[in-house]
Amino acid sequence: MARTLSQKIWDDHVVRSNAGEPDLLYIDLQLCHEVTSPQAFDGLRLAGRRVRRPDLTLATEDHNTPTIDILAPIADPVSRLQVDTLRRNAAEFGLRLHSLGDKDQGVVHVVGPQLGLTQPGMTIVCGDSHTSTHGAFGALAFGIGTSEVEHVLATQTLPQARPKTMAVTITGRTPDEVTAKDIVLSLIARVGTGGGAGYVAEYRGDTIDRLSMEGRMTICNMSIEWGARAGLVAPDQTTLDYLRGRPHAPQGEDWEQACAYWRTLRSDPDAVFDREVEIDASQLTPFVTWGTNPGQGVGLDQAVPDPATFPDPVERAAAERALTYMALEAGTPMRQITVDTVFLGSCTNGRIEDLRLAASVIKGRRVASGVRLLVVPGSARVRSQAIGEGLDQVFLAAGAEWREAGCSMCLGMNPDTLGPGQRSASTSNRNFEGRQGKGSRTHLVSPAVAAATAVVGRLATPSDLSS
Amino acid sequence: MERFETHTGVGVPLRRSNVDTDQIIPAVYLKRVTRTGFEDGLFNSWRLDPGFVLNRPPYDRGTVLVAGPDFGTGSSREHAVWALQDYGFKAVISPRFGDIFKGNAGKAGLLTAQVDEAVVEALWQALEDRPGLEITVDLTSRRLSAGADSHPFLIDDYTRYRLLNGLDDISLTLAHEAEIAAFEAARPSFKPTTWPIRTAG
Repeated sequence: MARTLSQKIWDDHVVRSNAGEPDLLYIDLQLCHEVTSPQAFDGLRLAGRRVRRPDLTLATEDHNTPTIDILAPIADPVSRLQVDTLRRNAAEFGLRLHSLGDKDQGVVHVVGPQLGLTQPGMTIVCGDSHTSTHGAFGALAFGIGTSEVEHVLATQTLPQARPKTMAVTITGRTPDEVTAKDIVLSLIARVGTGGGAGYVAEYRGDTIDRLSMEGRMTICNMSIEWGARAGLVAPDQTTLDYLRGRPHAPQGEDWEQACAYWRTLRSDPDAVFDREVEIDASQLTPFVTWGTNPGQGVGLDQAVPDPATFPDPVERAAAERALTYMALEAGTPMRQITVDTVFLGSCTNGRIEDLRLAASVIKGRRVASGVRLLVVPGSARVRSQAIGEGLDQVFLAAGAEWREAGCSMCLGMNPDTLGPGQRSASTSNRNFEGRQGKGSRTHLVSPAVAAATAVVGRLATPSDLSS
Repeated sequence: MERFETHTGVGVPLRRSNVDTDQIIPAVYLKRVTRTGFEDGLFNSWRLDPGFVLNRPPYDRGTVLVAGPDFGTGSSREHAVWALQDYGFKAVISPRFGDIFKGNAGKAGLLTAQVDEAVVEALWQALEDRPGLEITVDLTSRRLSAGADSHPFLIDDYTRYRLLNGLDDISLTLAHEAEIAAFEAARPSFKPTTWPIRTAG
């Protein structure tokens, strides 16, 4: 029977299948970080269990870590205890850990791909919803809770109900200034934050084919923001070119064998998806959010919508609440919205191509007076690569803050936060109430829009700078 | 995990949709390394508002939460489930749940009952008209009732079976250790391992 890509990967990992029960899936790689793992390790200790496969597990420190003075003891004692706990657990259970100051430390979803540990056809989990990022390689990758983290540590498997499948076909040449981030924000606005619930989405079409691995990661990263459990892209030459030569990529005969397998990882031409969505990328424009969930977005050339125009009463009420929280008036052109802070970074947009794009926009310009631009590379290696290319000097010359790697201002649990009522343009993935600090107001944007906004002080695209 | 068969308790009308897990418990409460004591973080920013439903008796002693669609979207934090449980909630009723939240709830023993939007509307109205109205959530029959009204709810068969029997997933899986070992033995050699460490230098 014809199968989709995700069904093929699923079938290749079923340890046990029994009617009336979820399938027991083998997990090829578990990524860990300090926030969602301590209770899982405690559970192992209480039950006298070991980590079954330390060699299929990788840990890094990223969520509650500072991005300055990273080698000093963490000032917040609660954060420090959590990071120290991860270090103790890694030592006790024999796990590989990339700590602050290590060359391979960074946001967990940036570290896995750059080490070459993320490969096509794998099952990858992490106690973090943005694990969907790894789907860009044609891996089945999804976020799990702490109970499941413990389950995978103990058994290297996970009982999972087979998800439904969805094809998201994106076609057409993207106009100038439209990036992967704009594509996925547009998609979420169309299908809604719950539109993907219960599905694994496969992104495909010539627009996806032309995207770099990093662009594909940005799109897969935000799969969870429209409710999809995972999102993935079939591996192609772009995938292989990215992987070849990375530290943990297969070598020699293994590489040939792996490539032969990876080439089979495509949805069969006659495979049937449970649902299909089509996007014409040629009609897209730079896209930003106005509200408090990632589906509340519009083109940057549009205005804050009027809740009264929403036909669905639930959506209307949510829009009214969002405008109150965001302190926005319906009808205000998005370009008139001023920001205090611009955040460039995160597992969504903290990779080298994101930094290059933002640097190309900001080069020779200055961050607007009264605006703070925080540039946080997604990993220590992205940071050193950027320094090698002189990008740090571009940002510093513009008046930006150039930080060490981490989740930083994406989630308000480390020193990088917004104050109550402060407003940001952020390349991260969530604009929830309080996400960047209590009372914070977030507009999700692409790296290009982030850089232009930092210069103008209002939401802007690079073309606004030249005019 | 404790067995769950049926529960009766005060219903709480949470008239909001898209209640993401950052609203259920902000990230700043996630720094703890313990498994309990997260009730202070529950709906933390909303509870600053004296008019918020959980600040008003008798809702403040509620144990069955009735929320709008897309409850528990966003972050994978299981702390969202723990915070609800630590506060005293035994069940959440919504037309649609975030996938990861629903999975976490099933693991931790918090019942997620999926119903039509119209049922949520009716429950909201009933709970507001009669504060303190109790809701019974019967997992055996997969029905919930409030006053004279009774409605079926959805929960998948396997989660229901595990909750009814209070089963521990890891023990269930380890009963199949031989099958796991057999699968492992047949994995291709090109699959990556994190040890020994390889690095770009």
